Amino acid sequence: MKSPQYTREIPQRYRLEAQKCKQCGKIHFPPRLICDACQSRDFEDVHLAGKGRVLTWTVIHVAPAKFDLEAPYVIAIVEMEEGVRLTCQVVDCNPEELALNAPVEMVFRRIQEDGQADIIQYGHKAVLQRE
Amino acid sequence: MAGIVGYGAYVPCYRIKAEDIARQWGGDPGAVKRGLLLEEKTVPGLDEDTITISVQATRYALQRAGISPAEIGAAYIGSESHPYAVKPSGTVLIDALGIGPEVHVADYEFACKAGTEAMFVAWSHVQAGHMKYALGIGADTSQGAPGDALEYTASAGGAAFIMGKENVAAEILETYSFTTDTADFWRKEHEYYPQHAGRFTGEPAYFRHIEGAGRGILEKSGRKPEDFAYVVFHMPNGKFPLRAGKLLGFRKEQIEEGWLVNIMGNTYSGSSPTGLAAILDVAKPGDLIFMVSFGSGAGSDAFIFQATKRLPEIQSKAPGIRAILGENRRYLDYGQYAKYRRKIIFNSPV
Repeated sequence: MKSPQYTREIPQRYRLEAQKCKQCGKIHFPPRLICDACQSRDFEDVHLAGKGRVLTWTVIHVAPAKFDLEAPYVIAIVEMEEGVRLTCQVVDCNPEELALNAPVEMVFRRIQEDGQADIIQYGHKAVLQRE
Repeated sequence: MAGIVGYGAYVPCYRIKAEDIARQWGGDPGAVKRGLLLEEKTVPGLDEDTITISVQATRYALQRAGISPAEIGAAYIGSESHPYAVKPSGTVLIDALGIGPEVHVADYEFACKAGTEAMFVAWSHVQAGHMKYALGIGADTSQGAPGDALEYTASAGGAAFIMGKENVAAEILETYSFTTDTADFWRKEHEYYPQHAGRFTGEPAYFRHIEGAGRGILEKSGRKPEDFAYVVFHMPNGKFPLRAGKLLGFRKEQIEEGWLVNIMGNTYSGSSPTGLAAILDVAKPGDLIFMVSFGSGAGSDAFIFQATKRLPEIQSKAPGIRAILGENRRYLDYGQYAKYRRKIIFNSPV
């Protein structure tokens, strides 16, 4: 990912900034130009609270080169408390610990680097809530 | 009076036992554990660094402070493992937490005392009335060369402190710094691991500066060792802070609460700040807390804190550091540790 694109996506990648349709209330992540529920263009910014549950997951054993060191790792679809779904890694756990509807919270982590000299890209991953 | 309005500490969940490192290099595990008074140390995850540790610690500090991130006027991260040589760690942190863009940001370096430098400057801004709140962080993913004595202790973690004048949980009553040019430990540009001067890191470096700052702040404040409920020093290993305490006239019971090194290792810039967080997790209103950091090169910053009646109200608003250290510990063998710390040379960079 080039640094201009990375920088433009900071509100969503760093702060989980979403959009709430002022007409129908639907929350979109990432933001859209037009609400897919009511076609309104009128939105307000909202922050996702960073808590959700695991809807489904898979374990990556044969990883792309830049994620080689992390294999095997978990990629999950997480439904946030606000209703939006996002795809992310679930870290600091063994794949066997994952369960349907397992509660997770989002943590700020390194996502990837395009080589040693390129920028470090940060964003959110999920960890299992253990309380 | 200005002081800490919110604090938070964080360590990664990965661990390696000192005995596993000793076995790798043909050492005597028992002798290493006895010599360093260290059971295990924290290891950063493959996706963790000084920035991610700082963000998590500051999230906890914000939970305890109960303030809007936008009210923070300065954010300083002290570390000797900033991920970039040129690009601030602090800019990632402020954008991740919704601080700024009207904010002063700087990265600090001074070996293991960069964290207390950040705290000192943040507190000074608030005390001087320059801004309502300022953030000082000490965090590191410290490096120790394979087979070097530092490898047993160099660990990962950090703590964040939001300074302010309203709703203070621990007032800062006094500060004092003691600094000289002492070449005990260093790392030059492009060098991956630090060099150190062996036993010279003890008496002329750690003990001289800790004692200088400690005696200086006691004299300046007119207080005696027995006035303090808790004491925390920089913790390069288990023995040094216990001996420093004895030299200054403190009892072991005053040191134990903030003495995390036996289960955490040396988190460098995060060492004494994380110990302070452990003390703030349990301190009661009126308790006096004595803190002296140490950074090679060399210098020490000393602080005297006094807990206020607000401290018990915020202690449970975020996880305590001893609870974090005790939960979800994931042990690595030396091979996994070498991978996690990227000590292995690959055919192509990954």
